[in-house]
Amino acid sequence: MRKKINMFPEQPQPPYTMADKDIPAELFELLPEDEKKTDVINRPSISYWKNAWIKIKSDKLAVAGFIFLFIMVLIAIFVPIFSPYTYDGQDYNAIYQTPSMEHLMGTDMFGRDLFVRVAYGARISLTIGIVTALVNMVIGVLYGGISGFFGGKVDMLMMRFVDVFAAVPSLLYIILLMMFLGANLRSILIALCLTYWFSTARQTRGQILSIRNQDFAVAAKVVGESNLRILIRHLIPNSFGPIIVTVMFLIPAAIFDEAFLSFIGIGISVPVASWGTLANDGMATMGAYPHLMIFPALAISLTMFALNFIGDGLRDALDPRLKK
Amino acid sequence: MAKFILKRVAISVVSMLLLITVTFFLMHAIPGGPFSPGEQKDLKPEVLEAIRARYGLDLPVTQQYANYMKNLAHGDLGVSMKKTNYTVNELLAGSFPVSAQIGMLAVVMALIIGIPLGIIAALKRGSAADMVSMVLATIGISIPTFVIAMLLMYLFCMKLAWFPTFGWGEAKHFILPVVCLCLAPIANITRLIRSSMLEVVRQDYIRTARAKGLSELMVIGKHAIRNAILPVVTYVGPLVASLMTGSFAIERMFMVPGIGRYFVNSVSDRDYTVIMGVTIFYGAFIMVCTLLVDIAYAWIDPRVRFDS
Repeated sequence: MRKKINMFPEQPQPPYTMADKDIPAELFELLPEDEKKTDVINRPSISYWKNAWIKIKSDKLAVAGFIFLFIMVLIAIFVPIFSPYTYDGQDYNAIYQTPSMEHLMGTDMFGRDLFVRVAYGARISLTIGIVTALVNMVIGVLYGGISGFFGGKVDMLMMRFVDVFAAVPSLLYIILLMMFLGANLRSILIALCLTYWFSTARQTRGQILSIRNQDFAVAAKVVGESNLRILIRHLIPNSFGPIIVTVMFLIPAAIFDEAFLSFIGIGISVPVASWGTLANDGMATMGAYPHLMIFPALAISLTMFALNFIGDGLRDALDPRLKK
Repeated sequence: MAKFILKRVAISVVSMLLLITVTFFLMHAIPGGPFSPGEQKDLKPEVLEAIRARYGLDLPVTQQYANYMKNLAHGDLGVSMKKTNYTVNELLAGSFPVSAQIGMLAVVMALIIGIPLGIIAALKRGSAADMVSMVLATIGISIPTFVIAMLLMYLFCMKLAWFPTFGWGEAKHFILPVVCLCLAPIANITRLIRSSMLEVVRQDYIRTARAKGLSELMVIGKHAIRNAILPVVTYVGPLVASLMTGSFAIERMFMVPGIGRYFVNSVSDRDYTVIMGVTIFYGAFIMVCTLLVDIAYAWIDPRVRFDS
């Protein structure tokens, strides 16, 4: 049989008080005034979004990207309005002109002003990028949110559905939809909106799954809030950072796809000028008139640079896992 | 593990059926067809009818679908409606090796260049080498492939006249398409490796490896790479599939007689059987590659198996 050992024989048995130890009052001394403040958190608390804002402001590439994009938006809006030329106005006295003061980027084989056409292409590309990203964000976030929030059978069904669709290369769907709907801006938007939201949905689901049992969500439930309100007011805003990053990268992807589709001849059709069609037209005559190919190519590439820089900056600023 | 594989196979099969069905009905819903009166103005209506009956296009769409599925189950993709005297199987057998050849070359190039670049960038973080590889990676991601192809074509085919713009068969015809195809993958692989490497070298087991006196080459080459390469494995599966089945834009620009070009042409020609054949081949190839990678991944990294 084991013997019971008293390890601390001298210890007073509770209840006991500090007074039992009998520390004389003169041994205590007051802290100097300035030392009291070391415990105080001096820095004002910075919210998640404010922190992100500070970070992104200090990211030079992202700021450059924002500025470039802003200028591009201004060009897209105002150049077609104030230019003396229109995107489809032909002038057979001024075909294949090289860049000059009159035609900043020269003219094409029908004497159409390339600058206006590139600016018009910016309208199309930016519209496609922004609309696709927003629509896909709404669909993806709601779908993924509902799937993650309810979990169980609902989640299984909804995610298998996404798995099945996402396994097919989206370009195949997009090309077929384009053939079905006709080659114009509206059908590109529909095709891209129907195929892009899988990644946002998957990501949102993951985010929601990881936070739906945290205390604040349980508290909201206890207070008696409805499921929908918990999802929209508490869970989605709390997982918004990484989602915004994903959505941000959808913009260049959509612009990329439109340019590509127009380039291979099944995107936007003539005479409307998208960057892809302009590049494709320019390629036909690039031996003799390289400027017709170079300006649209520059417009696409610089915009993609700007968007990728912004995306990278946002990711560094918003993704808490990357915090140093 | 068996359950995991079974589940993934089941999903792929359902996806494939869905793809076939959606493609079939969408294709038939598109206005116009391979032998619509608008397309062939010089033929008499009776002749057109006879041709349509020859290809079974006069049947109700659901009947056509049933027939197609029956043939498909026997591995028969039908005959091309526009390239007479060719079956779709023959067209695929002729064009796939071409696409696969340049695709494989591009994948190998991307791995050979991308992985070391990413590792160097991560190990010498902030150095000139890091800057250069990150600039290259950003360029590769930002500039669309077809734009790069145009610029290279302009520079090397027209200004310098080092390479022919088109033609097929010799090594000089391969170079530019392969370069264009591998630039974006190089950029992606470099970024993936760099970020995963940065994470891995901070782990305790790397410190342990260093502490027990392994050479830097062993630490990185044997211990760090193993984990850092995981994200690349997931990326390479779909990459191999999409490059080997041909790039629509590159094949069209360099006149490469591969699958991508057939697909684009068949869609605008409404060559129903070729559209279906290429879509099925392309979809199946991508799905099989993704599946193999997922299985390999689950095998390498046990966490994946238990997560899902």
